[in-house]
Amino acid sequence: MKRYGKFAALIVLIIGTLVWLAVGGIQETKTYYKTVAELGGMGENAYDNRLRVAGDVQDGSIQRKGREVSFALRQEKLTLRVVYNNIEPLTDTFRDGAQAVCDGKMGRDGVFRATRIQAKCASKYEAKPGQKPAVQKQT
Amino acid sequence: MENIGALALLLAFCLAVYAILGSLIGKWKSKAFLVLSAERAVYSVWFLLTLSAGLLVYSLLTNDFRLSYVAGHVNRDMPWIYKFTAWWGGQEGSLLLWTWILSCYCALVVFQNRRKFRDMMPYVTATLMVTQAFFLCLITFPLSPFQVLAVGREIMAVPDGNGLNPLLQYWAMAIHPPTLYLGYVGFIVPFAFAMGSLITRQPGDAWIHTTRRWALVTWLFQSCGVLLGAGWAYAVLGWGGYWGWDPVENASLLPWITGTAFLHSVMMQEKKGMMKVWNMVLISSTFFLCILGTMLTRSGIVSSVHAFAQSPIGKYFAIFLAAHIAVVVYLILDRLEYLKSESQLESVVSRESSFLFNNLLLLASCFAVLWGTLFPVISEAVTGEKISVDAPFYNRVNVPIGLFLMLLTGVGPLIAWRRSSLDSLKRAFLWPTVAGLATIGILMGLGIRHFYALISFGLCVFVTWTVIAEFFKGAIAIGAKTGQNLAAAMVELTHRNTRRYGGYIVHLAIVFMFIGFSGAAFNLDKTIEVKPGESFRLGAWDLKVKDLQQGENPNYRWGHLVVDAWKNGAYVATLKPEKRSYRAARTDTTEVAIRRRLNEDLYINFAGVGEDGRPVVQAYVFPLVSWIWVGFVTLIFGTLICLVPSKVRLQFPKTKVLGVVTQDAPVPR
Repeated sequence: MKRYGKFAALIVLIIGTLVWLAVGGIQETKTYYKTVAELGGMGENAYDNRLRVAGDVQDGSIQRKGREVSFALRQEKLTLRVVYNNIEPLTDTFRDGAQAVCDGKMGRDGVFRATRIQAKCASKYEAKPGQKPAVQKQT
Repeated sequence: MENIGALALLLAFCLAVYAILGSLIGKWKSKAFLVLSAERAVYSVWFLLTLSAGLLVYSLLTNDFRLSYVAGHVNRDMPWIYKFTAWWGGQEGSLLLWTWILSCYCALVVFQNRRKFRDMMPYVTATLMVTQAFFLCLITFPLSPFQVLAVGREIMAVPDGNGLNPLLQYWAMAIHPPTLYLGYVGFIVPFAFAMGSLITRQPGDAWIHTTRRWALVTWLFQSCGVLLGAGWAYAVLGWGGYWGWDPVENASLLPWITGTAFLHSVMMQEKKGMMKVWNMVLISSTFFLCILGTMLTRSGIVSSVHAFAQSPIGKYFAIFLAAHIAVVVYLILDRLEYLKSESQLESVVSRESSFLFNNLLLLASCFAVLWGTLFPVISEAVTGEKISVDAPFYNRVNVPIGLFLMLLTGVGPLIAWRRSSLDSLKRAFLWPTVAGLATIGILMGLGIRHFYALISFGLCVFVTWTVIAEFFKGAIAIGAKTGQNLAAAMVELTHRNTRRYGGYIVHLAIVFMFIGFSGAAFNLDKTIEVKPGESFRLGAWDLKVKDLQQGENPNYRWGHLVVDAWKNGAYVATLKPEKRSYRAARTDTTEVAIRRRLNEDLYINFAGVGEDGRPVVQAYVFPLVSWIWVGFVTLIFGTLICLVPSKVRLQFPKTKVLGVVTQDAPVPR
């Protein structure tokens, strides 16, 4: 059994190291998905963690001031003001009515500071022209 | 037309169900004619699917905008080649492609084995057809590609379609999905044979011998699919990366990892009769991960930048997967005695052990990727909070695993079976180790301090050295015997044992890719707003934006920047990053300008126009990234060599356990 002891020790060592790395990685990069409604109820927690909020860009709310872009993110009936101030320009899919996923942190002033915004046009992949057939569900 | 297509799908579904029942009942009641008719049903399914796929393609090419799929993915001005590739540009069409490829494979398998494995084949056919019926059910009922646009009871056509997503109008993206599917779907065949062999309680490894080629070809397609996707992301998306650990990318990587582990661990079964249960588990997991991958990309369970629209098919997949897992677990547990290992591990320093650790690491990497991908789903189920993890998590776990695997790539093939003496280790590894360490020393002398990059380059040299030494040793021995020159002797050597030397070439390909990956430690980037006429610096490069030109054609409007690139004061090239605005899809895309060289790529993206009308330019320098594509080509070459039959028929001597002698047992006379 001594033979297998060596194997077991090595395996435990490898798995242990990897688990340690993985746990560190999760702690470092975890991002909480929140709805706009939940953000309000988070209290202090809202300011410390990395958050991800998804919603639709409210029509006509996009304001550009130099490099800074601010807009209102709408989810159901609630809206959240988001400010994005990064040198990387937003993709072309970012426009009125687009679905946007914003990563960033909540500011104390109630404005969400996004460090990354992914936007996709609501109909980007499964676009239907003109009349939508009743069977098709759009999200 | 659409009625014929939909009818063909419905008929194919019925025939697939018939094939399952026919082969199972035929086997159970020993009725050969039922088994035979089930096999004919497999051919008919292929015919019907080919027909309906043909009809869909015909509708796409002839702009039949009454069909919702055609209207959603094609427009009149698109080049015909992209009209054809629109077949897999959307949900329904790509499921049809998946199913069609599966039916091709099934027909091929049934034809190849029409006179072989008569007791096992009915189960193989049934296993294949269960999956076939499942996918046919999806495209017949909830997601028919032949859905017509209708208002009330009136069928109506739209004047022009939406066009294919412009991002997909690129050569690598045109062939990426079919290649990936050829890989995804192909793993079903070894899985079906594994199940057939398990159900009929075959003691041997006939299933491994017959499906080795399948597994290898499938693995090749899967590799190509993954790498084409990476190449597309790099050349088209404009963010300068080739891999972002997005759920959809992970989905394609997962079966590749377990497939790679499988290709290695079957050698243990062939040569030593070990790891039989493990191989069953591996091939089943690979198949499950293929299905899971399809489920992730098709159902929108995990949110991703490029996952397809949400759809209700997630639960179908979940049921399908759960049922399969239950059956496989039951079968393996029930038939454990047929899967007993014929020999044992003897030493930590042995070929067996290196295979073991290779598998362990690949599985750990697979598990980490799977865990990260499903983390939002898991965390939501456990804590009620949806939490996602990001690229750094994957890198932290997978970079050390990758480096360790690299080490094994060098060590494994040279180490002896059973156990290795210190002396033989020294003989095999002294010079490669010296070379590897010397590389690290030189690079440190040049001022490189990045820890992982240093280790990686050292290991690359180590592995390359061992592989080349193997070729030279073998070739010199053959040359001495036959009098051939070195080059001819090398060809002869490779031809004598294509699996081994082809495998070495694939290992070299992996080395090349690691060189490319390591280059990422030295990437440079800059995003800047510049007026035409201005210039800026990036590393050793001076980039001068000369002009902004604009124009249009029927498919899109374009504008491109003319950028002169100077390196160390000398003019090198003119690059033209472009921005396009597609008319039909009403979307903008960027066409990145890349100057590819083996030492570094210069990558310029015309990102957009700033508030005051000044163009925003993203410029990157990616050292060594081209080696990934060099590795890609080498990988294809090496795998093809593995597929060439060896000139010398190899007999693997197996260690057989004839009996166990214990001290107090009487010795038989």
